[in-house]
Amino acid sequence: MASPAPRFPWTDPNAAPLIRFEGVSKRFGDFVAVERVDLAIHRGEFFSLLGASGCGKTTLLRMLAGFETPSDGKIFIDGIDMTAIPPYERPVNMMFQSYALFPHMTVAGNIAFGLKQNSLPKPVIADKVKAVLDMVQMGKFADRKPHQLSGGQRQRVALARCLVKEPKVLLLDEPLAALDKKLREQTQLELVNIQDRIGITFVMVTHDQGEAMTMSSRIGVMNAGVIQQVGTPVEIYEYPGSRFVADFIGAANMFEGTVTVDLPDHVTTTCPELEHDLTIAHGDPVTVGTPVTVMVRPEKMAISRDKPAEGLNWAKGSIADIAYLGDVSTYHVLLASGRKVQVLQTNLRHTNEQPLTWEDEVHLGWHPANALVLTR
Amino acid sequence: MMLYSLLALAYAFLYLPIVVMIVFSFNASNLVTVWGGFSTKWYGELLHDQKVLDAAWLSLKVAMTSATLSTVLGTLAAVALVRFHRFTGRTLFTGMVTAPLVMPEVITGLALLLLFVAMEHAFGWPAGRSMTTIVIAHTTFSLSFVTVVVRSRLAQMDASLEEAAMDLGARPLRVFMTITLPLIMPALLAGWLLAFTLSIDDVVISAFVSGPGATPLPIVIFSKVRLGVNPEINALATIVVALVGIAMAIAGRVALGREQSRRV
Ligand SMILES: Nc1ncnc2c1ncn2[C@@H]1O[C@H](COP(=O)(O)OP(=O)(O)O)[C@@H](O)[C@H]1O
Ligand SMILES: [Mg+2]
Repeated sequence: MASPAPRFPWTDPNAAPLIRFEGVSKRFGDFVAVERVDLAIHRGEFFSLLGASGCGKTTLLRMLAGFETPSDGKIFIDGIDMTAIPPYERPVNMMFQSYALFPHMTVAGNIAFGLKQNSLPKPVIADKVKAVLDMVQMGKFADRKPHQLSGGQRQRVALARCLVKEPKVLLLDEPLAALDKKLREQTQLELVNIQDRIGITFVMVTHDQGEAMTMSSRIGVMNAGVIQQVGTPVEIYEYPGSRFVADFIGAANMFEGTVTVDLPDHVTTTCPELEHDLTIAHGDPVTVGTPVTVMVRPEKMAISRDKPAEGLNWAKGSIADIAYLGDVSTYHVLLASGRKVQVLQTNLRHTNEQPLTWEDEVHLGWHPANALVLTR
Repeated sequence: MMLYSLLALAYAFLYLPIVVMIVFSFNASNLVTVWGGFSTKWYGELLHDQKVLDAAWLSLKVAMTSATLSTVLGTLAAVALVRFHRFTGRTLFTGMVTAPLVMPEVITGLALLLLFVAMEHAFGWPAGRSMTTIVIAHTTFSLSFVTVVVRSRLAQMDASLEEAAMDLGARPLRVFMTITLPLIMPALLAGWLLAFTLSIDDVVISAFVSGPGATPLPIVIFSKVRLGVNPEINALATIVVALVGIAMAIAGRVALGREQSRRV
């Protein structure tokens, strides 16, 4: 339908975003559910709001749909201020977490409902309903009532009911939360494919980081009403901007320390929990003496009996625990300082010379480029 | 065994008087307490008693009108109380709409009578005690019952259904007519039947607001009994019991059906 969107529209400083939040806050009485959110979402994006339950994701989405009014700030869609525009006139459609299918209407009736509001001629409505039902593979169920459908089928009908309106933005509130694991993974890919095909901008709310990472072009990580970081899945995993994001997305080893050397291409820190100073090539700007957190992902560390090569950061300890998961194993290594470190290792060979086991003395090594300095 | 004896005793206590009344309405004898064989003659006599027929017709009209009025008004009140969360005095209104449920009927009747008299004095309307005053009075007290029934149904309804309809482009009135109303219809029917039943057997409030020109059936029965019970009254009362029974059975069915169809 739409012309293919550029791959990374958010990197173009001249691109006009489709959705813009400007200093949007929402208070319920004294409680601040959403706090001063500034956010730009571009045409054709699959944008996810990711955060723990209760952090204000749904509230943000409901403000975009028009069900809640911001206490402060403004929301623009396609450059138009939405403040005074009621939900039934906004160019967005929302897929509710409960799906909110009308129980007294058939599947076809549910889908036709939105088209009837546009007073389209009956044959046009019938054609569009049929086309969208075929697209979500629900053609055979047009005459069923919602209570005669499975959870996955209801989810498809709810999606079709929104898509048939051809909105500028589709809002999805935890669209897959009610499905079981297998169906969820399959539906994730289907949703991404549909979005790719029709080119509508999707804004999804989820508390499942795997889901957000798999599906999204960009992710906004939320905590207690505040957007902590916005970035592509790679950016927020590899270069988290704060301790919170580093800890929330994936697993992370974090060491508290102080900067001792500050050079253009790297810094050196001492960490009380580690015997050796660390060299780090990425992270926030710092000066000598700044207290920092050094973050290393478990899979970025190598574990072996031998001392790592010169130039790598390293630490020594003994294996306290091994979690064998088949493809990978997680080793919990106890350092002399009493600190435990997680290391993830792919199980490459069947005949490891002598497999690492409990109590083994091991060295951990990681490259300066694989550690990150965080100050927030 | 013990359980069944107790149940039998309790239900005999509840229903024996009615059963006796129904049985004796088919009594051929003129004496209420002496069985003189089966007959439907008292039902026949009823058909010729113009006063009773007029009263029955009036009661029916009053019950239908007041049930309809109180269903419309009660539904509006329930929607306002449930769907509009933040307006000044919501708690007060919620309390006030249910207070008449526990208000002694004598007080309600008296208050209405005083109001009607004062209004007639001030505006010349309503002129005397008539069907109008009975309808207004019955609507007033049925309203609370309807509001309570509809309100609980609305409160159970998933509010995101209405939001979804609005999201799909329906204006608020459309949303109400196409989504809310069909989904709360069973509660409206139940409320209507409840209001109908309350109206058709009301004596106390009617006693205050009815007049010589407009006397509803329960009042006629009541005044006939004062002159002594005769089998004709038994027949009349049996018909009322049958009507109320049917209404309650329909209300029950509607309530049951709604439970079954609601499970999505
Ligand atoms: N209408 C409301 N009135 C009062 N508090 C609300 C309302 N809606 C949401 N909240 C509160 O705002 C916070 C954020 O809610 P929500 O946006 O639903 O979180 P999430 O979708 O991230 O789980 C929660 O603590 C919730 O209790
Ligand atoms: Mg939510």
